[in-house]
Amino acid sequence: MQITLTVNGKQYSNDIEPRMSLTQYLREVLDLTGTHVGCDTSGCGACTVSLNGAAVKSCTLLAVQADGGELTTIEGMANGNEMHPIQKAFKEHHGLQCGFCTPGMVMTAANILKDNPNPSEEEIRHGLEGNFCRCTGYHNIVKSIQHAAEEINN
Amino acid sequence: MGKFVGKAVKRREDARFLKGAGTYTDDIKLPKMAHTAFVRSPYAHANVLSIDIEEAKNEPGVIAIYTGNDACGEFGVPCGWQVDFKNGETMREPAHPLLTKDKIRHVGEAVAIVVAETLEQARDAAEMVMVDYEELLAVTDPKQAMEAGAPLVHDQWEDNAAFDWCIGNDRAEVEAALESAHHVTEMEYRNHRVAPNAIEPRSYIADYDVNADKWTLYTSTQNPHLIRLLLCAFVLGIPEHKVRVVSKDVGGGFGSKIYHYTEEALLTWISREIGRPVKWTSDRSEAFMTDAHGRDHVVKSKMGFDKDGKIVAHLTDEYCAMGAYLSTFAPAVPTYLHGTLFQGVYTTPLIHLNVIAPFTHTVVVDAYRGAGRPEATYLLERIISKAAKEMGMDPAEIRFKNFIPPFDGVEEAGYQTQVALQYDSGDYHGVLERGLEMLGYEDFRKEQAKAREYGKLLGVGFSSYIEGCGIAPSAVVGALGARAGLYEVGHVRVQPTGKVSVFTGAHSHGQGHETVFAQFVADKLGIEMDDVEIEHGDTDQVAFGMGTYGSRSLAVGGSAIIKSIDKILEKGAKIAAHKLEAAEEDLEYAEGKWTVKGTDKSISFGDVSLTAYVPHDYPEGLEPGLDFSSFYDPSNFTYPFGTHIAVVEVDSDTGKVDVKRFIACDDVGNVMNPMIVDGQIHGGVVQGIGQALLEEVVFDEAGQMINASYMDYAMPRADDIPMIETDRTVTPCPHNPLGVKGAGEAGCIGSTPAVVNAVVDALAHLGVTDIQMPVTPQRVWKAMQN
Repeated sequence: MQITLTVNGKQYSNDIEPRMSLTQYLREVLDLTGTHVGCDTSGCGACTVSLNGAAVKSCTLLAVQADGGELTTIEGMANGNEMHPIQKAFKEHHGLQCGFCTPGMVMTAANILKDNPNPSEEEIRHGLEGNFCRCTGYHNIVKSIQHAAEEINN
Repeated sequence: MGKFVGKAVKRREDARFLKGAGTYTDDIKLPKMAHTAFVRSPYAHANVLSIDIEEAKNEPGVIAIYTGNDACGEFGVPCGWQVDFKNGETMREPAHPLLTKDKIRHVGEAVAIVVAETLEQARDAAEMVMVDYEELLAVTDPKQAMEAGAPLVHDQWEDNAAFDWCIGNDRAEVEAALESAHHVTEMEYRNHRVAPNAIEPRSYIADYDVNADKWTLYTSTQNPHLIRLLLCAFVLGIPEHKVRVVSKDVGGGFGSKIYHYTEEALLTWISREIGRPVKWTSDRSEAFMTDAHGRDHVVKSKMGFDKDGKIVAHLTDEYCAMGAYLSTFAPAVPTYLHGTLFQGVYTTPLIHLNVIAPFTHTVVVDAYRGAGRPEATYLLERIISKAAKEMGMDPAEIRFKNFIPPFDGVEEAGYQTQVALQYDSGDYHGVLERGLEMLGYEDFRKEQAKAREYGKLLGVGFSSYIEGCGIAPSAVVGALGARAGLYEVGHVRVQPTGKVSVFTGAHSHGQGHETVFAQFVADKLGIEMDDVEIEHGDTDQVAFGMGTYGSRSLAVGGSAIIKSIDKILEKGAKIAAHKLEAAEEDLEYAEGKWTVKGTDKSISFGDVSLTAYVPHDYPEGLEPGLDFSSFYDPSNFTYPFGTHIAVVEVDSDTGKVDVKRFIACDDVGNVMNPMIVDGQIHGGVVQGIGQALLEEVVFDEAGQMINASYMDYAMPRADDIPMIETDRTVTPCPHNPLGVKGAGEAGCIGSTPAVVNAVVDALAHLGVTDIQMPVTPQRVWKAMQN
């Protein structure tokens, strides 16, 4: 099937198998390997991307469902060499260790802050409940998002 | 030590991960790379009657299908540790085939592998492989596996025991002391099975280059050199110098990526067969079925006390599951990494532990974050808290009463335990005192009493842990059955311009070695961190290495690097002395230069480096170059310790446990980067809370894991836990040059019993004295009703 979509501001048109997941499309067809697969049942959130402004788990969406859509992946978050304030905050506050869940965490964080620019700790934790991290115990991820919110709001 | 060590230096590895530019194995795509899918047994115990691949072979894109009847069926992976029976019988060590052709011993065991042009084609064709099984009765519980008539996992032996082992004082002596003890506290429980769950599933690419007759294996391992050694010398019988193992970015390990797995050997074999690169990446359900699990001990324990609450004796019997085969480190985990910690932080004079380790019809069990030490700590910290309740003592008081007095390992000797080891240095009082301060203990007890009046159930739980890290002195572990040495290699190459490349055999899969190692290297050489690069995870770059596990990277790997730096400074001093026309002993090295003492005559590290590579005006007889590699074999384990305190609130209607506060006061020796140490503690603590409250691998009667997905296996999520309050004391390790003890596992070791102790404390007034982990709302609710 032919799909056309915009990823990180660039338009792509590809002929793909209807059963191809959106994650596979990003990873295998577009070589955007920053979107990770940790489970394939929407459980871990490592595959989170933004589709038409909302955070989605790309492992359980078919690529054809994203046809005509506008996507942002982790590769589209920085502005050239200038990291997004959320990325900067993760680095500053040690919000990542092995880095595997990190792209999904950053994309989810962006979604949390888009909907709620001043989230409480509880709201951040609630917003992260679809994402697993096995390294950080979430402590520094929550802290990073709190600081990113401050930075963005200033 | 200098300008970087001890500072919260931000990590250099972060930028690539944050931009989605990390290179995990599954991100690698090689030209002509083939893909694979396994045909795995849906049964835990079965005879394979037939395997029919004819139809599958004709599916589109299929390159090859292999079963155990092919040549690869002759190969199997070895066990790396031998623990014999206490009666002298040799450990029972079954063959562990890459593909099984006759007998299935756990769900997920591989019977065939399909190689195809695309992953979808491989998976489609795998569906078409017809395997005829005869299902047999299975046993998954380690205690039941030892009952008469239990289904045998390996029928060449009369029962399921892999070994039956003991440690400590004479059993009869310990039993006699318990007989005459003033009070005996007993416990029976299961330290249940959990799944490590690194978020990156295992992934391998084997690439055989027919022209060079060489392989490159890209693998998500914690342990590249050991994988190469095992793969070459013990599995496939191929020359080690023909194989390069690359393990760059790895998405978490927690033990599960230490071992040599059947899949990586099989792919290496297949790549030569088909003359193409070949990839396999586990999916999550496969990971649950095939990654080594952790824990799974069935425990029966007695601890005796005198009338003052001093421990007089401790006797424990355990059944510890091995799974269907013996994984790389499996026999060491419930024995030498477990029994040797039964002293804990207490002066217990008599200790005896007996471990029966049965095979079960489950995936293998091996080291999982803490490996044997969390299980020891859980037992000691639960039973001493239970004893305190029974004897009407305060849980902090009974600990203070029994602590080993402080010793620094320099002025005061190390502490000789009853269970083989000698602790290096410790101050167990200090961390509990600090923990109590952080908690505000007296106020908490008042709050708790008040809360109870309103029907609110608050509880506090303590855990005073110790662990053996910095694994390990080779001669010691060799005497205990290890089939490898556990030293580390550190290679420091000073470039002609004075820039420094460091190659370490330790492996980073989240620990931040690229940053932390550069911190102490820069300080030791008095140069900038930007002038130091840390390389790891490539057997062609690093001479050798033993990987990362057992909180060993800094204590052992860091020490090896220090050794090489010492050699560089020693040689550099000769060059500097020549250039400065001074005697070596008149020089001092500081801030990146050698200076003639008491003068302003000096030469920089960079100038000496250049001289070493452009040796025109050079000391006679000295070799050019500034490049040293060292092996460091530690003289002892290191012994981090700490106090963890959990405060929980139990919902009196639903039984749900809410962790309100978690306090971790740890002593990991000297700290190179407090930000990273705190991060390690946070992550470990939450994994430990996960075991206490949420996680459990559950099998049904047929041996099927019934929660093998992220929809079913409950791991801690962000809204399950609070912020972690951390602090530390510093008792340096006396026997390694950095004075470090290791921080990777501490959190996971200390936290679990603290949480369960807190739940029991919250319910104590209802007569609850123990509760089985994971402490689910259902279990708590039931306990409250009884």
